[in-house]
Amino acid sequence: MNRIDARFSDLRASGGTALIPFITAGDPLPDATVALMHALVEAGADVIELGVPFSDPMADGPVIQHADERALRNRVGTADILQWVREFRECDSETPVVLMGYLNPIEIHGIERFAREAADAGVDGVLVVDCPIEEDATLQPLRDAGLQRILLVAPTTSDVRLARAIDAAEGYLYYVSFAGITGAAKLSTADIAQRVAAIRAGAKVPVAVGFGIKDAQSAKAVAAFADAVVIGSALVGALAGAVTSDEVCRGAHGFLAPIRGALDGR
Amino acid sequence: MNDAPRIPVPADYHAFPDAHGRFGPYGGTFVAETLIAPLEELTAAYTRLRDDPDFQREFADDLKNYVGRPSPIYHAKRLSNRIGGAQILIKREDLNHTGAHKINNTIGQALVARAMGKRRIIAETGAGQHGVATATVCARFGMRCVVYMGAVDIERQKINVYRMKLLGAEVVPVTSGSQTLKDALNEALRDWVTNVADTFYIIGTVAGPHPYPMMVRDFNAVVGREARAQMLEQYGRLPDVLTACVGGGSNAMGLFHAFLNDRGVRIVGAEAAGEGITTGHHAASLAAGRPGVLHGNRTYVLCDDDGQITETHSVSAGLDYPGVGPEHAFLKDTGRAEYVGVTDDEALAAFHLLCETEGILPALESSHAVAQAIKLARELPKDKLILCNLSGRGDKDVHTIAQREQITLQKL
Repeated sequence: MNRIDARFSDLRASGGTALIPFITAGDPLPDATVALMHALVEAGADVIELGVPFSDPMADGPVIQHADERALRNRVGTADILQWVREFRECDSETPVVLMGYLNPIEIHGIERFAREAADAGVDGVLVVDCPIEEDATLQPLRDAGLQRILLVAPTTSDVRLARAIDAAEGYLYYVSFAGITGAAKLSTADIAQRVAAIRAGAKVPVAVGFGIKDAQSAKAVAAFADAVVIGSALVGALAGAVTSDEVCRGAHGFLAPIRGALDGR
Repeated sequence: MNDAPRIPVPADYHAFPDAHGRFGPYGGTFVAETLIAPLEELTAAYTRLRDDPDFQREFADDLKNYVGRPSPIYHAKRLSNRIGGAQILIKREDLNHTGAHKINNTIGQALVARAMGKRRIIAETGAGQHGVATATVCARFGMRCVVYMGAVDIERQKINVYRMKLLGAEVVPVTSGSQTLKDALNEALRDWVTNVADTFYIIGTVAGPHPYPMMVRDFNAVVGREARAQMLEQYGRLPDVLTACVGGGSNAMGLFHAFLNDRGVRIVGAEAAGEGITTGHHAASLAAGRPGVLHGNRTYVLCDDDGQITETHSVSAGLDYPGVGPEHAFLKDTGRAEYVGVTDDEALAAFHLLCETEGILPALESSHAVAQAIKLARELPKDKLILCNLSGRGDKDVHTIAQREQITLQKL
């Protein structure tokens, strides 16, 4: 069984909500990424979304944009990121890793080569922000290599397309909680609860909710109706100023552990 | 330049894009999920309006009475004589209201926005010509206008920034990335994704996700339709060669489209070779880039081996873009059009030559097309006709040219 499916299967058995932190690979320090991933797991991460930096992240707000710029200034490339996943897997064979990014770096690397190398490195799923279901054929090599294709669903997604997304979904469906860019602060849980309930009713995979979740309180509110909560910009922003690997890991633990606690009712 | 076609030559170039917005392998809809619904809504609205005689009548009426169309074709005799080769004919898009071809498209899209009930307009701009053209139509239609512009471009196109403000637009400086056109486009997309309900995004070039490459082309195609009829009327035949500058490629696509099935007409696009393609400081996506995905479509892009979009350079802000419209990528790969680089220095020399011989001050963008027309004229005999699209006037660039040539305007 794929690590993502296995993890959600365990969570369903225990009745827990998955906590999915997002970090930008190579940020804030290129040589801290593997340690940071382990720190996130220790603090209670169930799945790690590892952002592949891109020069033109058109769906991201300023926090992730700056993280991408920092990583690219440190010359972080696709080969580095896959190597970090490989190193992470040396000590952690269970926590699912999802690469999240934009299509051009994958296409230029070569989609088939990327699929093969990512699967070999121990990546479990790939979320390509600017590749909607209409362009799905482009990413078939990822599926062929055994990688799960994580799809986004937005408040603007029509019923017809939602049905297609539900049909094609693997791993989990990522529900974007509002129409906007990452890191914006206009989360209204009442509005999204109903929509997520409707998606969950039809979906064969768990539904994660992201965009606008920034702390224990907002995470707990979303956990009331979602299978998983994704936290990105708030975490990336909290780590941005760290200058040593230790500081990065302590910061990540300090940020994530209280959220885990809130989700577990502690 | 004479590469064998990489993709099959179609029987009818006017049959593109297909229903998915694809020009062969190029184009498409590569955007975040939130934007799919508004793009579908736009495609449906535009498809309906395109076949609506009332819409087309109002568009044509505005082009005639507000823009001042048709723009003439002018035989640049003194320039042609100076070169001593083929005859250079100039399609005078610089004579349009607001001074460039960009107004053709902004009027069309503003009419679409009005029909869709959207009252807030956003746009990106590089040289500021599209921003000015958008601010202009917003003033005329009473719409709110927000223009995203790279901080670097704001610095080198101050006159256009002021023009936009006079027209009532809000100009938002973009300080991310390279602070030029591509970053302005990113920021406009971010605005749109956040304000999809009431906002219409007027993209200024034949790039972006479907239906923009098709829609922007259709609104600019008036240039080529007019030019084709004018050639037959004034010269009794079609031109031998067409040339136009290509950044995103809207003026070029506008001129080329009507001639695509006239296989005897050679088509040459002039890209910004900046300081020279071998220096790496250029913006020649077709001549020196590779297929990739940027700003919602698959096309030729300038990027490194990790797929990161590289910073471009051109003396003209309007050509300073690392992608290009997907239909141009299609024309390149089918062999229908050639795309060549023109350097900053060549464009500036052409700028001066056209000023001196014809009394026409071209935009720096259009100067690339003039430079290419001059090169072609040198290679071809006197009885050949080269039709060059003069996409905009150069008043906005006087400051840049003076600075580059180390002339202090106050001391003149």
